[in-house]
Amino acid sequence: MSMDFGGLRAVDRLDLMIHRGEIVALIGPNGAGKTTFFNCITGLYTPTEGDIHIHPPGGGSKRINGLKPNRVTELGLARTFQNIRLFQQMTVLENVMIGRHCRLRSGIAGAVFRPPHTVSEERQAAMDSYRILEKIGLESFVNDLAKNLPYGAQRRLEIARALATEPFLLLLDEPAAGMNPHETHELDQLILRLRETENVSILLIEHDMKLVMSLSDRIYVMDYGRKIAEGAPGRIKNDPVVIKAYLGEEYVA
Amino acid sequence: MDLQYFAELFLGGLTRGSIYALIALGYTMVYGIIELINFAHGEIYMIGAFTGLIVATVLTFAGFPTLAVLVLASVAAVVYSSCYGFTMEKIAYKPLRGAPRLSVLISAIGMSLFLQNYVLLAQTSDFLPFPSLVPDLAFWEPYAHIISSQEIVIISVTATVMVLLNLLIKFTRMGKAMRATSQDREMAMLTGVDVNRVISVTFVIGSATAALGAVLIASHIGQINFYIGFIAGIKAFVAAVLGGIGSVPGAVVGALVLGWTESFFTGYISSDYEDVFAFIFLVVILIFKPSGILGRSETQKV
Amino acid sequence: MTPLIEIRKSVLVSIWFMFLTFPIMVIRVNTVENVVEWRWHNMIAIGAGSFLLSFVWRYMIRRKEQGIRRQREGAGPRLSIFQRIGQERRIFLPALTLLAVAVVVFPFLVSMYQVNIMTTAFMYIMLGLGLNIVVGVAGLLDLGYVAFYAVGAYTYALLNHHFGLNFWVCLPIGAALGAGFGILLGFPVLRLRGDYLAIVTLGFGEIIRLVLENWNEFSFGPSGISNIPRPGLFGVAFSLEAHARYIYFIVVALAVFTIFMVNRLQNSRIGRAWLALREDEIACQAMGVDKTRTKLTAFALGATWAGLAGVIFAAKTTFINPASFTIWESINILCIVVLGGMGSITGVVLGALVLVLLPEYLRAFAEYRILTFGVVLVLMMVFRPGGIVSNVRRTYQFEGPDSGDK
Repeated sequence: MSMDFGGLRAVDRLDLMIHRGEIVALIGPNGAGKTTFFNCITGLYTPTEGDIHIHPPGGGSKRINGLKPNRVTELGLARTFQNIRLFQQMTVLENVMIGRHCRLRSGIAGAVFRPPHTVSEERQAAMDSYRILEKIGLESFVNDLAKNLPYGAQRRLEIARALATEPFLLLLDEPAAGMNPHETHELDQLILRLRETENVSILLIEHDMKLVMSLSDRIYVMDYGRKIAEGAPGRIKNDPVVIKAYLGEEYVA
Repeated sequence: MDLQYFAELFLGGLTRGSIYALIALGYTMVYGIIELINFAHGEIYMIGAFTGLIVATVLTFAGFPTLAVLVLASVAAVVYSSCYGFTMEKIAYKPLRGAPRLSVLISAIGMSLFLQNYVLLAQTSDFLPFPSLVPDLAFWEPYAHIISSQEIVIISVTATVMVLLNLLIKFTRMGKAMRATSQDREMAMLTGVDVNRVISVTFVIGSATAALGAVLIASHIGQINFYIGFIAGIKAFVAAVLGGIGSVPGAVVGALVLGWTESFFTGYISSDYEDVFAFIFLVVILIFKPSGILGRSETQKV
Repeated sequence: MTPLIEIRKSVLVSIWFMFLTFPIMVIRVNTVENVVEWRWHNMIAIGAGSFLLSFVWRYMIRRKEQGIRRQREGAGPRLSIFQRIGQERRIFLPALTLLAVAVVVFPFLVSMYQVNIMTTAFMYIMLGLGLNIVVGVAGLLDLGYVAFYAVGAYTYALLNHHFGLNFWVCLPIGAALGAGFGILLGFPVLRLRGDYLAIVTLGFGEIIRLVLENWNEFSFGPSGISNIPRPGLFGVAFSLEAHARYIYFIVVALAVFTIFMVNRLQNSRIGRAWLALREDEIACQAMGVDKTRTKLTAFALGATWAGLAGVIFAAKTTFINPASFTIWESINILCIVVLGGMGSITGVVLGALVLVLLPEYLRAFAEYRILTFGVVLVLMMVFRPGGIVSNVRRTYQFEGPDSGDK
């Protein structure tokens, strides 16, 4: 898959595969094109060339290039953002309920007449959202405004909101950015737990190497829009090409 | 095809376009710096026309020669419009730095309403005849049936202003500060650019060119009222958007394109729907090419 | 800050404004009769006025800045008096009953003229609430709202003129056509960013008005359509006065209906999506909310109410022409929403009452009306962007996993 901006090739023939239940990390120096890659997958950008295929658990295969972001989410891909993008003025619960939005059906008529099934759907949505918050460990904040949450909790709320859309692939864009070691450790546990209980695959972009090495089944390394290495954490750690990309020429020898 | 008629429409469009360009500058520069559509910009133009008319009339009564009246009235219009632009920014926009865009836009609409009615109440709601200030140049007489000396003056003044403005933006310290502010206001502030001053200067320049346009067009058309700012403002805005809002050369190109299209449309097709035409033009551009002819297409950063 | 510096500042401001307003306020030229009028008294008034107002202005700005600081330090916004009443059931219910009785009794106590004014006020409540969905809740600045109002009014006038359809038949048709136009116009423009949207909707509003003015065969041009019948009631013959009351009650009923609808919409799945969309479009889409569709719903619902109100307007005045549907009408309705408080139903109701009734009873200042609107818009945005009734939104309160209720 490739992505061009004007004359700049931000992502250059990147080829990446995630199997069911895997945790895959995408790493690389700043500006390597990782977030651009995310934006292409989730429909915010349309890739210039190449294909993105998904194989949802229900079976079948679907090409999702150029779909609108909300369609992509409906198909089961959910993401978080590098710079936190919560709905600041809404409560924690409401944030998660927005995630439920695409799984709910009630329309204008439902809103106005409030027939029993709309009422129960709303109640169910609130319940489900609360359960998700419990899993993430945010239930004590349930009625607080999102903007009043501590930083680490905001990051976790982004994950909760993404989970609410019932994804089979969760894309996390630097989930540990700005967290202290303790919070990072908790995040580590959380991600592993989510894979077990929620049955999701995870693709994450991360700079915290300790986290990446302990979590990932496989790692892809990008530099200048290209894939320069892939493999298990142990191999990547000692790959000279990767070390060169990160640290520069002189350290290789 | 009648070539003479075509030439007339072409030059008429050029004149129109020049005026639109002078007004469009204010929109485009302000937008470039603070991303605000300054709704009240048309009113600044209208105030320029009124100031010009008032000063010109008083001076004529006092027995000044025509040329002196023209120069002094233009200067007064430019000075006053600039001051109004400056004050307006301080009252209606500066306290709203960092507020949601919707709030600033509503404040701008309020300012526009206020200025219109201020002139309406302090002056008159009737059309006032505007004296023809630009003298007929004697040596141009033989060609005057194709393009009047008034139109020549309008076109050349516009051209001069554009060249000067481009030089200012490219080569002066202030110009550099403006470009920096328009790219990233916070970063400019951190590197020591006095952003408030840059914004004020932008408003002053935009208002000054609008006032110049106002005096020229008013003396060309021959009448003004308190409402002229609205339609002129909308059309100049269309021009700015057409060229790519935020870009100074874009404003000129957009203004000329709009001027010509309007001129040919009314000349060859129908004059009933002249104003509707500008609106339709606007809607079509915004829907199909919101970045304009010379504008950069912006990709939202995620 | 010492008083001396303050006074010096105000003197400077006053001199600046005297200079600024000199040509426009002091000199008036009459180019027809060639006379110049010098009005020096205006200059004195401006000088004194701006001297005093500059103190007030600076005081207000300082207070605003302190307010922002306080909020940063964590103290949440205080609830307004209306919200406190709203929360206190013991006061709320009797107050509401009292209000309802007052509204019902009102037309029998006062003159027909007063009844008509109140009818207008309630009509603007409908319009304001409709626009509030678009501007206040979904955050889309629509400056062409009046176009849909015109659609409603012309629907009734034309259908009645050509086919003799009566008010009750036309009411839903007007609403539906309003919605239809909303979708039709909304579809292309809703992709645009906020301020472009404002201009394009303004453009559309003007296009519709100019078409109505120029297309004589269709809309009877600037002279408009007259003799539009008032609404009937199973062929009962009404006196003029009874008719005024009848329309009053229709409008009140529709306004109550509107309040009910808008309230329910706001606290629903769709209302939640509108809010989220206003806060962060990209995140909202990434969470699976269909941006275009959600915006279009808001736009169309707003237009529906404008259509409804348009039909009523035509029936009430019995005469319409394009002059009733200028951009200023749009801005008038926008003022109601902004003044009252964007997103707040109580606020919009109050805003409509203030903006319709005040000018009515302050006839002496009628010419200053639009001037004041302008000032109000600017001042509201600068000092109280939330409106009279700042909208502290009712959030979805979760009380525990067992109840799962509000």
